[in-house]
Amino acid sequence: MEDALTVHRLHFAFTVTFHYIFPQLTMGLALLILILKSMALRTGEEHYNRAARFWGRIFGISFALGVVTGIPMEFQFGTNWSEFSKAAGGVIGQTLAMEGVFSFFLESSFLGLFLFGEKRLGPRGHWFSSLMMFLGSWLSGYLIVATDAWMQHPVGYSMGANGQFQLASFWALLLNRWALWQYPHTMLGAVITGSFTMASVGAFYLLSRQHESYGRVFVRIAVTVGLVAALLQLFPTGDGQGKMIAQNQPATLAAMEGLFQTQQGAPLAILGQPDLQKRRLDNPLVLPRGLSFLTYQAWAAEVKGMDEYSPQDLPDNISLLYYSYHVMVGLGTMFIAVLLIAGWKLWRGTLYASRAVLWALLLALPFPYIANTAGWITAEVGRQPWLIYGLMRTRAGVSPQVSAGNAWFTLIGFMGLYVVLGILFLFLVYREIDHGPVPSTASAD
Amino acid sequence: MGEIWFCLVAVMLTVYVVLDGFDLGAGAIHLWIAKTDAERRQVIRSIGPVWDGNEVWLLAAGGTLYFAFPTLYAASFSGFYLPLMMVLWLLVLRGVSVEFRSHVEGAVWAGFWDVVFSLSSLLLAVFYGAALGNVVRGVPLDSQGRFFEPLWTNFQLGSNTGILDWYTILVGVTALAALALHGALWVALKTSGDLQDRARRFARRAWLVAAALTVLITAVTFRVQPHVPSSLSARPWGVILPLLAAAGLASMAWFLRQGRDARAFAGSCAYIVGMLTSVAFGLHPYVLPASTNPAYGLTVQNTKAQDYGLKIGLIWWLIGMALATGYTVFTYRRFAGKVTARSESEGY
Repeated sequence: MEDALTVHRLHFAFTVTFHYIFPQLTMGLALLILILKSMALRTGEEHYNRAARFWGRIFGISFALGVVTGIPMEFQFGTNWSEFSKAAGGVIGQTLAMEGVFSFFLESSFLGLFLFGEKRLGPRGHWFSSLMMFLGSWLSGYLIVATDAWMQHPVGYSMGANGQFQLASFWALLLNRWALWQYPHTMLGAVITGSFTMASVGAFYLLSRQHESYGRVFVRIAVTVGLVAALLQLFPTGDGQGKMIAQNQPATLAAMEGLFQTQQGAPLAILGQPDLQKRRLDNPLVLPRGLSFLTYQAWAAEVKGMDEYSPQDLPDNISLLYYSYHVMVGLGTMFIAVLLIAGWKLWRGTLYASRAVLWALLLALPFPYIANTAGWITAEVGRQPWLIYGLMRTRAGVSPQVSAGNAWFTLIGFMGLYVVLGILFLFLVYREIDHGPVPSTASAD
Repeated sequence: MGEIWFCLVAVMLTVYVVLDGFDLGAGAIHLWIAKTDAERRQVIRSIGPVWDGNEVWLLAAGGTLYFAFPTLYAASFSGFYLPLMMVLWLLVLRGVSVEFRSHVEGAVWAGFWDVVFSLSSLLLAVFYGAALGNVVRGVPLDSQGRFFEPLWTNFQLGSNTGILDWYTILVGVTALAALALHGALWVALKTSGDLQDRARRFARRAWLVAAALTVLITAVTFRVQPHVPSSLSARPWGVILPLLAAAGLASMAWFLRQGRDARAFAGSCAYIVGMLTSVAFGLHPYVLPASTNPAYGLTVQNTKAQDYGLKIGLIWWLIGMALATGYTVFTYRRFAGKVTARSESEGY
């Protein structure tokens, strides 16, 4: 582990994984809060306003941590990946700078107004601030996905004389086909996290017989929104994302599916452990011909396996890629199952009394976080060994003069700091949930 | 195109220092001027709704620097690796302390975050000053346009400098004095009673320190970075920028004596704008001079991105910044006026 490249990769992986815990919740909650505020405006019921304020407080805590852990991400492009930044800054700097200029100002202004300005803004103004918060956070998500999409599938650039990539078409960068699939897939993932968080709190209130009227609102809205999101996550967005990988990163597809040999009528591995020495899947549970069908809509189609590619063109961590992909898909399938049952009971009017389903919703809380994280690991480990797919290898992008020792120093610093932030987050959110959506006695609002 | 973006990045960074400067300054003096919990809440509340937006100027300036001058971004961020990471940690701690202090009632909780808030603000002011000092002094760039500075070496100038040497420490202390003054004037403007009196008294003393250090630092800088005086003699109209700083400094003293807080604060803004634009003017066309060989220095021309990207950027940047300015002005007007120690019911 004295290899500087490994430390720089760990550094980015650790900080970005921790960071993304917060935006996935805030982007998901932004939509749910907008729904709550819209219902409050339509029905005039104070109930929905209180529910929106409750989730607004949790949104605020998560947003603050998203901001403070997000700043290091932008910095690390320059600090740890200077050769990459020098080469590609003229292109991806565009989307990153646009995020700062267009979303951050929008979000920070309207979050302040949403949290502290309800009285002066009035109901319509307050609804409007929740709309702008939603737009700001979802725009931010797009610009980051567009940045990542350029690294996955570079478009709209030309090569400068000095070896630097230059922007050749602004709209090609902004409307990268990769981003157009990856964005809805990412945002639906965030909506699923937000929905399960809301459903879990609602189920907790119903099971513990406190704040039950709010518990019903939370469960009803979260299960409805979550079910729609979970279905769309599988089809068309997950399907579209997969086909795009098959088309543009076939080596990645082979590795994430655990397909060692090229074959016609390739099976879809559901379970099994990749054995890289013997080049086979141990204890396989497969759907025969499934992969060929999913990829090419033909049961007999040929799918290229890992044997088609030389080792230096395959992802360098095949097992991690394989497992994170399978964890994501497996959990996604389970979300659909849980939400279908909950949705059915909701429609029949028996959900609030169905303890087993409420327990399932309560305990489901951590899993969307795991699924979202696994999804990003699939995308980024799948991009290896490239930093910019097909153009720049990861090892070529690192800061040459920052030693492994210096990178370890700051990585350890971030680990310590983030442990503290994680504990604070759990503590403060627990207090909000414990207190509930009722107005506190000190500040009757 | 490069020149336009040089000016725009300089403007964004200047706006950042003027805006985040007062909340950093208020934080740095927080423990000394605010004695009771109610007073400390007032200080926090005077910056609570705006600090986050102020900090966004740093992110937006960073992003703009990234796409307009990718080579500069790459060289400086990796070369200043350690101090930048520490700045990040301090920004995290400061952000968390402002946001989370009010979440739990209790002396231990609030007392802890007050100290974290104040120390991180204070250190950030010093770090920003030291960073500016490094840029002015120049860094040991090699022929590849790369460098890496340890935190310190022997605290001397030369071609083997660390981040901290006597010059950059002096700039750091000057920055702390200037921002503490800026913050004290903000607190005086936003509060009343004992807290306001103490903030004014603090500002009067800080003014003396800041003024003395400003004279000293100007004289020293002319020797440390001879490019600055030669820029001024080559383009004498640039003298207007240091004059603006001097006028700001003088007006601050005048209005402080009269107790006209808003004007004194405006004077402080003019002082900061004048100082920072003087530095930008004095260094131009360098964006990061080399202490090794002047030819290795990074300039606007050898670090800028291609013109197509810069032209496209200008279009969306102007639209985006017009909107951003709108939000910023709106937020400040919405939260205008004095803060009180009343409960949170109205928010800040």
